[in-house]
Amino acid sequence: MIEANSSVQSTVALWGSLVIGLPFIGFLLNGALALWKPASKTAVALIGPGVVIAACAAAVLGLFPAMAGGEDGQVVVTLWHWLPVGSSSIDAAIQIDHLSAVMVLIVTGVGSLIHLFAFGYMKEDEGVARFFAYLNLFISFMLVLVLSASMPVMFVGWEGVALCSYLLIGFWYTEKANADAGRKAFIMNRIGDFGFLVAMFLTWGAFGTLNFAEIVARAPSVLTYGGGVVTAITLFMFLGCAGKSAQIPLYTWLPDAMAGPTPVSALIHAATMVTAGVYLVARTNVLFAMAPVSSSVVAGVGALTALFAATIGLRQYDIKKVLAYSTVSQLGYMFVGVGTGAITAGVFHLATHAFFKALLFLGAGSVIHAMHHAYHSTHSHDDAQDMRNMGGLAKHMPVTATLMGIATLAIAGVPPFSGFFSKDEILAAAYAAGQTDPWFKLYWAMGLVAAALTAFYMARLMAMTFFGSSRTGTEEQQHLHEAPWIMTGPLVILGILSLAGGLLNLPAFVGGNAWLEHWLEPVTAPGQAARQAAGALPLALSHQTEITLIVLAVAVAILFLVVGWRVTLGRPIPTARRAPAESGFWKVLNQKYYVDEIYDAAIVRPVLFISRAFLWKKIDQGLIDDAGVNGAADLSRAIGWLGSRLQSGQVGLYVALFVVGALYVIAAAIRF
Amino acid sequence: MLLGPALAVSAILFAIGVLGVLIRRNAIVVFMCVELMLNAVNLTLVAFSQVHGVSGQIFVFFVMTVAAAEAAVGLAIILAIFRHVRSVDLTHINLLNG
Repeated sequence: MIEANSSVQSTVALWGSLVIGLPFIGFLLNGALALWKPASKTAVALIGPGVVIAACAAAVLGLFPAMAGGEDGQVVVTLWHWLPVGSSSIDAAIQIDHLSAVMVLIVTGVGSLIHLFAFGYMKEDEGVARFFAYLNLFISFMLVLVLSASMPVMFVGWEGVALCSYLLIGFWYTEKANADAGRKAFIMNRIGDFGFLVAMFLTWGAFGTLNFAEIVARAPSVLTYGGGVVTAITLFMFLGCAGKSAQIPLYTWLPDAMAGPTPVSALIHAATMVTAGVYLVARTNVLFAMAPVSSSVVAGVGALTALFAATIGLRQYDIKKVLAYSTVSQLGYMFVGVGTGAITAGVFHLATHAFFKALLFLGAGSVIHAMHHAYHSTHSHDDAQDMRNMGGLAKHMPVTATLMGIATLAIAGVPPFSGFFSKDEILAAAYAAGQTDPWFKLYWAMGLVAAALTAFYMARLMAMTFFGSSRTGTEEQQHLHEAPWIMTGPLVILGILSLAGGLLNLPAFVGGNAWLEHWLEPVTAPGQAARQAAGALPLALSHQTEITLIVLAVAVAILFLVVGWRVTLGRPIPTARRAPAESGFWKVLNQKYYVDEIYDAAIVRPVLFISRAFLWKKIDQGLIDDAGVNGAADLSRAIGWLGSRLQSGQVGLYVALFVVGALYVIAAAIRF
Repeated sequence: MLLGPALAVSAILFAIGVLGVLIRRNAIVVFMCVELMLNAVNLTLVAFSQVHGVSGQIFVFFVMTVAAAEAAVGLAIILAIFRHVRSVDLTHINLLNG
């Protein structure tokens, strides 16, 4: 481990604790308010977003400058010894380096904006204090996750954010569907956590330590390239990532997670928590670099998820569901990036995605807010989230429409918006890896098709929501209005970031210096070195090919944006009430390939059946209750009955027994 | 020196006492048999004091004192039981029957 000098250590310890601690204090204060003074909304308004902005400031002003004092910008500080195990110890330690700095910035920066928006969105809700308590707690745990120096500490954050996710999905818990969605997210994540835990045990077995710095430093000497141990560690780790980052086969919880309030969807289920899996792969990239099979699996699952989720997104009508499947799809892209070894590209897409997806969700929140108010004013019971009930909203909400337009161009990959650069970098990396491993060519092709579908469904979303004729109803239209500034303000900032986010890692051919690439070099270098040592570094693409790929990607994006637009607006859209039933393949897409039903039939029902018929009736009632609990009671009663036979109440018998006993004792005493 | 015969008498008395306690059903008689056993032991102690000094005789006085107290308490208990169940037959006094 790299030991920085003590003044740097204490600075990092102080500011790191502050960055993690401030949102936690916010959680305590808001939690207290939620319990005792839920009506004090001014206090909540100040504390909730305030602590996150303060944490952001503390990170930028205090924590980041201290990085310079460490070797390669990495400082590891042990706060206290958490679990002493024999000669070694698992420490509560924080690690700040260039990768976690990027993550801290995204979490606190985008988090601050979403907190501000959330106050505007939630201020009329009775549980606003409880809401901000959970949201602050989430930020705190997320910071633990990204600032952790070892796997167990990361696991604390990992579980903590899952808890907050669960609490916030089921925030409106009086509706059973919301509570169910929360439970689904929690259980799906448990499956992934099992993988994370097994990966942790295997790592401990191989290294005898769980500190990231030591693992990265010693991996080349401890593990063999492509060996079984490193493959097992990385595959189990990826199972954890698949749960947290909603990849096939564990993605089904994320679309259901949209049951939570929209700011939650933006913050947790788009911008930050779901990217934790990508972060974990980036953090341990040296292990994935040494396990080519796992890397291929990561990229393959990512590509498949990107394509699969994008097709489902084609035929959803709930505006948030479209964005949810879009998130699953974009997370797939990130895994294609990190699986290919293009860690920077994956993290770059993580950052730009955080900007434009947060913007899309908040914009959708703005739309839902307006729709909800309109329906509320006229006491209509129509679905405020169904895009078939929208249309023509651009003239009522010009700011939101413009900003969502920017985000749409960004996610579709139109230059010069941020998503173009990051997505192109991932696809180029996959293509480059495809020169030696044909599988990656397939992943590239899947990514390209997914990009086309992304452009299509985003154009459809924009056209259905903001353009065409209004389907909201004449009376309701009077009540449609733009959101207040506290909601549009953060949107504007996110819009600027979505527009200019590409500057983070501007490639050389447009005159940039690939800043993020150089910034993350200390983190990605060990992985690159491991690949190079094994001769598995992908060949660089020729300039010609690179340009061809870019032109192809941009052409596909623009073509399908236009196609999506024209197909959507080409014919009248019936409102949700009048819509005919879906048929054919559209129905399959609308029903999400029936994956939930398949899981239900293949896993949930058998488990329930076995639980009821065998575990409950046989094991619990038969073995534990009857044989165990009642059996012990019966046995004691039987022995007691035998003993009670001696108690005849006849003094003579007692005396006789006493005499016999006395004689026996005397006889024994005489003999010995 | 009548140690042997004295011990033999004492053993016979003790055996009679034990048998009485075991066999008889009248609480008063059982009680008397218990006294008989005590006195058999007293006789042993006195007999052994010929060999081992006077401490055996002093013991006997203690036993007699305690036996007197015990007789008072025991008879009081039997009286109380008689008032309660109108019988001193031990086979009828079996409230502790499990």
